[in-house]
Amino acid sequence: MIRHLLSSADLSKDDAVLILDTAEELLSVASRPIKKLPTLRGRTVVNLFFEDSTRTRISFEAAAKRLSADVINFSAKGSSVSKGESLKDTALTLQAMGADAVVIRHGSSGAPHRLAHASWINGAIINAGDGSHEHPTQALLDAFTMRRHLGDLDGRRVTIVGDVLHSRVARSNALLLSILGADVTLVAPPTLLPVGVDSWPVQTSYELDGALDKADVVMMLRVQGERMNDAFFPSAREYSRRYGLDTRRMRRLPEHAIVMHPGPMNRGMEITADVADSARSVIVEQVTNGVAVRMAVLYLLLSGSTDAESTEAQEEA
Amino acid sequence: MSSHTSDSPRATTRTVLDEGDISRALTRITHEILERNRGSAGVLLLGIPTRGVHLARRLAARMSEVEGTTITAGSLDVTMYRDDLRLRPARALEHTDIPVDIDDRVVVLVDDVLFSGRTIRAALDALGDIGRPRAVQLAVLVDRGHRALPIRADFVGKNLPTSLVENVKVSVAEVDGADDVRIVGEGDA
Repeated sequence: MIRHLLSSADLSKDDAVLILDTAEELLSVASRPIKKLPTLRGRTVVNLFFEDSTRTRISFEAAAKRLSADVINFSAKGSSVSKGESLKDTALTLQAMGADAVVIRHGSSGAPHRLAHASWINGAIINAGDGSHEHPTQALLDAFTMRRHLGDLDGRRVTIVGDVLHSRVARSNALLLSILGADVTLVAPPTLLPVGVDSWPVQTSYELDGALDKADVVMMLRVQGERMNDAFFPSAREYSRRYGLDTRRMRRLPEHAIVMHPGPMNRGMEITADVADSARSVIVEQVTNGVAVRMAVLYLLLSGSTDAESTEAQEEA
Repeated sequence: MSSHTSDSPRATTRTVLDEGDISRALTRITHEILERNRGSAGVLLLGIPTRGVHLARRLAARMSEVEGTTITAGSLDVTMYRDDLRLRPARALEHTDIPVDIDDRVVVLVDDVLFSGRTIRAALDALGDIGRPRAVQLAVLVDRGHRALPIRADFVGKNLPTSLVENVKVSVAEVDGADDVRIVGEGDA
């Protein structure tokens, strides 16, 4: 198993399947009278959030607490970061407090990578979203949700629609789903596809309608207005007519297909309220599954031997 | 072990129970469980993965035959409750399946080998988080001694005095293709 979770691409197929299988077992913890396991007792997990987040932070916090870890929440607002403290000094502070894992969300792509490789912190680093780069635990929970509805993902067709350019979710999903053997199609206006998308393991299309008939999964992405400092499409109305998922389009999907959205949704923009609340939509389930998947990641990264070298020595002996 | 000299690292393997022995032991344990609990009412068999689960299913099948009702065994994974998690790399979880509410039932834990007792300690903790059984009993195919905790088995297939350098290897047909219990000497795992 890897030591940090920075990118979906770091996972081998075996690692990814191990995380999903572990999450499957941990899902039942939520339905027990005592929703807690003693596994990470005495470990400290720091949620280091430089960007706003509701579901990811709460989800990581719930996951760590269900494993009995101590959780320290750190948000940049109201901390010394607003006084100009650097990432390095923040990291050294956390190290001095004895963080066993740092869950980091940062507006700059690569911040988790810097944290993991600069030897400021000994603990495991988990990327909870960095800029428009990656969000691997979201991809894992999406894959987990798909697997629960569709079984093995090998050969399944997943259509990801919308603002791919600004989406870390799209990139992490494209990488992870291809590791798991699914065929991914990205649908977006030409202005919202990133440069270099031809090197991703995906197909691309500018037309939503043609990509619906055979899709097993349709994942709608949020139009990230806060990251757009340019006109990427003529008007919201035109975007929504060409790339929004409404009831008419949903009817074109095969009977078993599911509709996903990583949240937060812009109802009426990329997805209509009817579709978001329909029986096909698994959006609320994605949130439930997120806790189990994050428990699996924390367990697998943290529960083993604290001293990696001694573990290797033991295995060789 | 007197059969081999101590300077020889070569492994010695002895079969101590064969298929017939295991079958007879399980049949006896079935009857002992029924006798102790005056029937199967309120009794829930929970196997500890992996081999304990298969043994629990066999006990359940025998019990169903004797009682004339369908009895389902469950499984209880104790990985998250182990006290040696920090000593080894993280392990995959096994399946936990509790077929009925355990509150106010007699839970019979089933495992293949009872050794230090640490697995059973973990299982008792796991049970406590799931509910409050009326009583917990323990059935094992082999008790090899060397307990590190004050735990004993209620139903034992065979008491097997062993040395700490030996390993006890239980094979069940469902996983290993054949039923037997072997003692494997030093140097062969």
